[in-house]
Amino acid sequence: MEPLLTVRDLRKTFRRGGGLFAQNAQAARCTAVDGVSFDVARGETFAIVGESGCGKTTLARMLLGLIEPDAGSIQFQNRDLLVLRGAELRSERRRIQMVFQDPFASLNPRMRVGEIVAEPLAIHERALSEKERLARASSILERVGLNEDALRRYPHEFSGGQRQRIGIARALILQPSLIVADEPVSALDVSVGAQVLLLLQELQREFALTYIFISHSLPVVAQLATRVAVMRAGQFVESGVAEEILRQPKNPYTRELLAAVPELPRA
Amino acid sequence: MSHLLEARGLIVELPTPAGWVRPVNEVSVRINAGQSLGLVGESGSGKTMLSLALMGLLPPGARLGGEATLALESSAAKLTSLSERDWRSVRGGQIAMIFQKPMTSLNPVLRIGAQIEEAIRAHHSQLHFAERKRKAIDALRLAAVPEPEVRAEQFPHQLSGGLRKRAMIAMALSAGPRLLIADEPTAALDVTVQKQILDLLDRLRRELHLGLLFITHDLSVVAQVAERVAVMYAGRIVEEGPAREVLAHPQHPYTQGLLKASPTLERGALKPILGVAPHLTALPPGCAFEPRCELRRMECTVAVPALRLTGSDHAARCLLV
Repeated sequence: MEPLLTVRDLRKTFRRGGGLFAQNAQAARCTAVDGVSFDVARGETFAIVGESGCGKTTLARMLLGLIEPDAGSIQFQNRDLLVLRGAELRSERRRIQMVFQDPFASLNPRMRVGEIVAEPLAIHERALSEKERLARASSILERVGLNEDALRRYPHEFSGGQRQRIGIARALILQPSLIVADEPVSALDVSVGAQVLLLLQELQREFALTYIFISHSLPVVAQLATRVAVMRAGQFVESGVAEEILRQPKNPYTRELLAAVPELPRA
Repeated sequence: MSHLLEARGLIVELPTPAGWVRPVNEVSVRINAGQSLGLVGESGSGKTMLSLALMGLLPPGARLGGEATLALESSAAKLTSLSERDWRSVRGGQIAMIFQKPMTSLNPVLRIGAQIEEAIRAHHSQLHFAERKRKAIDALRLAAVPEPEVRAEQFPHQLSGGLRKRAMIAMALSAGPRLLIADEPTAALDVTVQKQILDLLDRLRRELHLGLLFITHDLSVVAQVAERVAVMYAGRIVEEGPAREVLAHPQHPYTQGLLKASPTLERGALKPILGVAPHLTALPPGCAFEPRCELRRMECTVAVPALRLTGSDHAARCLLV
């Protein structure tokens, strides 16, 4: 079976005039992603684990077309995303959506929730009337556990967990095949995060979704991942089946990450 | 032995359009010098408001009730009735706080050293320039900041998340407080850095004989740093006891639910708590957790249960224990 996504030798280097990345004026370049290759099979949850600054968010942005890679290829459903243009690109791009980390920053505070969730339709399905768009928004919001009166309200009226659900609804409305979730529960309280993880699992089954799940938290990743890649300084240092990586890590950095996970004493 | 900090029936009331609410509702806690208490609660539990009450940082309009006493050298400060003038020496000088987001509590346009010196000057105005500078560098060294002289000359944005946290710890400790309140000190930190910060706080607690009030929503973190744990829900303490005991044998259904909802490296064991925490303006008449509780019974809706002992040192606010 063909992988849904094939990434080869993806690279991105940022150039800066000193300052942010450098204590010395020399290090004016930062290689955020340094030759990353991987496949993602349909229906699986591919987790990328790494600490801040390892390049995982830059990688996510390249997969979504928000940043242009310096080198490498991204093949989605057998089509090279870096080569496509115009309407063809748009029709592939809508199949890849993102759920962001910060439920407070990822929703436009001046738009009503209905507009926020329906906005992707306004861009990709122009034939729909506003009424039809809002009906679709209402339906997807209900699926994520928010009822109809959410449509008319503003983001600030909702809790962090609810805002994250709104972000998920927005990601789902175009019926994507692949969702890139970048730290979707890091900003949430424990029990709220657990609800969102459960929701993501249910949605995956119901809509036959494939996930790329990015996190710095190994315990969170352990809940959902079929395969795990450990990222450090722009490269994958280890990758494989989740159970193996988590129970029998080969790479010393992976072991270091696992050792640092605080243990909960259980009865 | 008298406690370093003792709060009895502490109440914080805030005015809202829907009436007065109590984010802190008759809370009693005790911390001894050199001891750490982990205060566990999610958003809306009242844990941050409690820490602000203990720092005299409540928002204007807030009402404070009950008692809170901090033991000093040879006297005691009644935190619930301090004048703003007295607060200026207690706040930072006796009780210090590390806030959750270092980028919003560190001044981005001042060098790290200068910010620490500012804190020192506020509490030790008699020291002159060179001494303050030295003390600031000592504080950074105490917080295990490598090359403290170099870091003191840098701006916050030049430091990593972990170093900024250490700089904040240095600033908090620079005036020599007896009690340190740490509000979600490891939130948003990578797990390896988190471990370092927790180890640092633990070491400082022992070496400086500090009282430590550690506030978090993450049970796995509290297990690493607290000797005692108090769990808050809707403004009240619902369970308290020795940390190991509470985490290994939780008695209150909310604590049990939190544990089951906390992800571990074991797959498939995650179970969310259904529902959401109640709005303080719409609390049920009985147990605040009852609507979400799997074990609920009719009696639970009648009145708020009292904290009952379930062991010699372990109490839970539940009729079923």
